[in-house]
Amino acid sequence: MGRTLAEKVWDAHVVRRGQGAEPDLLYIDLHLLHEVTSPQAFEGLRLAGRGLRRVDLTIATEDHNTPTLDIDKPIADRTSRIQIETLRKNCAEFGVRIHSLGDAEQGIVHVVGPQLGLTQPGMTVVCGDSHTSTHGAFGALAFGIGTSEVEHVMATQTLPLKPFKTMAITVNGRLKPGTTAKDVILAVIARIGTGGGQGYVLEYRGEAIRALSMEGRMTICNMSIEAGARAGMIAPDDTTFEYLKGRPHAPQGADWDAAVADWRTLASDPDAEFDTEVVLQGEEIEPFVTWGTNPGQGVPLSGSVPVPADIEDPGARHAAERALTYMGLEAGTPMRQIPVDTVFLGSCTNGRIEDLRAAADVVRGRSKAENVRVLVVPGSARVRLQAESEGLDRVFKDFGAEWRFAGCSMCLGMNPDQLAPGERAASTSNRNFEGRQGKGGRTHLVSPLVAAATAVRGTLSSPADLPPAGDGAAQGGTPAPQLVG
Amino acid sequence: MEKFTVHRGVGVPLRRSDVDTDQIIPAVYLKRVSRTGFEDALFAAWRGDPDFVLNQEAYRNGSVLVAGNDFGTGSSREHAVWALKDYGFRVVLAPRFADIFRGNSGKQGLLTGAVAQADIERIWQALEERPGTEVTVDLVERTASVADLVVPFEVDDYVRWRLMEGLDDIGLTLRHEPDITAFEAQRPSWKPKTLPVLERS
Repeated sequence: MGRTLAEKVWDAHVVRRGQGAEPDLLYIDLHLLHEVTSPQAFEGLRLAGRGLRRVDLTIATEDHNTPTLDIDKPIADRTSRIQIETLRKNCAEFGVRIHSLGDAEQGIVHVVGPQLGLTQPGMTVVCGDSHTSTHGAFGALAFGIGTSEVEHVMATQTLPLKPFKTMAITVNGRLKPGTTAKDVILAVIARIGTGGGQGYVLEYRGEAIRALSMEGRMTICNMSIEAGARAGMIAPDDTTFEYLKGRPHAPQGADWDAAVADWRTLASDPDAEFDTEVVLQGEEIEPFVTWGTNPGQGVPLSGSVPVPADIEDPGARHAAERALTYMGLEAGTPMRQIPVDTVFLGSCTNGRIEDLRAAADVVRGRSKAENVRVLVVPGSARVRLQAESEGLDRVFKDFGAEWRFAGCSMCLGMNPDQLAPGERAASTSNRNFEGRQGKGGRTHLVSPLVAAATAVRGTLSSPADLPPAGDGAAQGGTPAPQLVG
Repeated sequence: MEKFTVHRGVGVPLRRSDVDTDQIIPAVYLKRVSRTGFEDALFAAWRGDPDFVLNQEAYRNGSVLVAGNDFGTGSSREHAVWALKDYGFRVVLAPRFADIFRGNSGKQGLLTGAVAQADIERIWQALEERPGTEVTVDLVERTASVADLVVPFEVDDYVRWRLMEGLDDIGLTLRHEPDITAFEAQRPSWKPKTLPVLERS
């Protein structure tokens, strides 16, 4: 019987098959570190007198705590500063490559790995961060781990793992204009639920997935964890190879040819069997937004806040009631009538160059709604530089948005970028949990296009809801340069 | 790691589903670089509510948390496990757990037992009828009991063995160090390395 993509990558990394109930021991090709989940792991190594086995397969960036303003000054928050200084000290002590605040390669780990060309098809990639699933867009088996596992990988470059189940998520047909990768993944999560992917590696397939750019594929794989899955994957193809070619750590010359030959074998075999299959039709997916406090509580933008009494399952009904109370929403309110205080464009889900371009195209020549705060936070310093070379920073500033430095920022509010209690945001990030973006903050997850249109109108909106922009603001503007982002 | 066979302690009914790790410990508490002292951060946003279960005297010394479906979803933060353990919890029972949270728990000696939804409901009722009632969790027999009620729970065989033996994962893996070295010798040379640092052309 044929094997799925996930099974092929798994098999290629088995150091030792487990006996009986014992898990397999898998080799890890790339270990990404950041300041939040690594200090206790480094400390564990020190206490046990162990070294870090493969510093040449390890890389660190500063992202969760980093400020997005005044990055040339010492970090004001003492505990954030200590955590970042601890990462710097640990990396210096163990010889780990680190990209610190102010460095052109600093940024969110899941943006930095791909843009350096370190994430490649067929690899195993881990990080002490659940959104490591992002890297699956390249056909890598990539998943988030806890700090004990971070220490385990540091010490052994392996992880003991039980095999995952496999789920095929096929998106047939084409997406309508205005529907993005973010809408696809929000629709998938609403369909299978926040626990629907539990125990699975998801493989996204079908014409609509194949037509996506690498940025779009990363958005989809990124949020696999929000469906409970450990990982999401997309088989590599020419889109993948074109993205990789010429990046600093991509293979070169004869190595490139050998690598591509290997990567072309990385697709699920035609007779491979998945444990579960889910099918969506691309044309039917509309811009999607969340109304509740988990990413599965979403509806099309054209829909309304659900009525909990209509929900049959008592658990889901109770959760919906709680969510509406927390979110300060009335059942039955059309989503388009919900006003927001803040728009956040950024994160490892939607903080890449293509996301900024798409949002800039919407806001170009327009001004933001009064009283709405608009934060644009590039996913990495490199994305910021690229955007500035294209003049996108000016577009956002002219619109009335704040143009910030790179990091995780308001996605989880570990730095000063937070929502105040009761403040409502349209956010391109990945989690609308209670208090995620600041204690008492209320989050609606949206695509970059919806974020941009919402910033114009002040209520949840899509670009189709906007009147034509002022002079010289044709949709799309100048063609986007094809530079390394 | 301490060996785990049978634990008896006050059961705490947490009648909520989809308790994500941002609820177990909000991100603002993740800035510490130590591995202990997270007890004050556990369910921080909910602890301000006087009606919250952990604020009730009867549950103050709770050590067996009985929660709703999909416990521990979201962020991979192992701090969630540390916070539960630092507070005094040794066991969490729920119908289903998020994968990463469950893996983290196993590494830290926090037992996560999967109990059928209907049985969780019965345990909740038993605990709420007599707040402060103890639950006995028997890892050998894979059962949880409250007064006359005895229900089975599911736990991975290997995790169970490791918990019962109190074994450290890294030490177990390092027994296979020659296998790791042999694997490394066969990796294709074009696989990427982070060092030396390569500049953009």
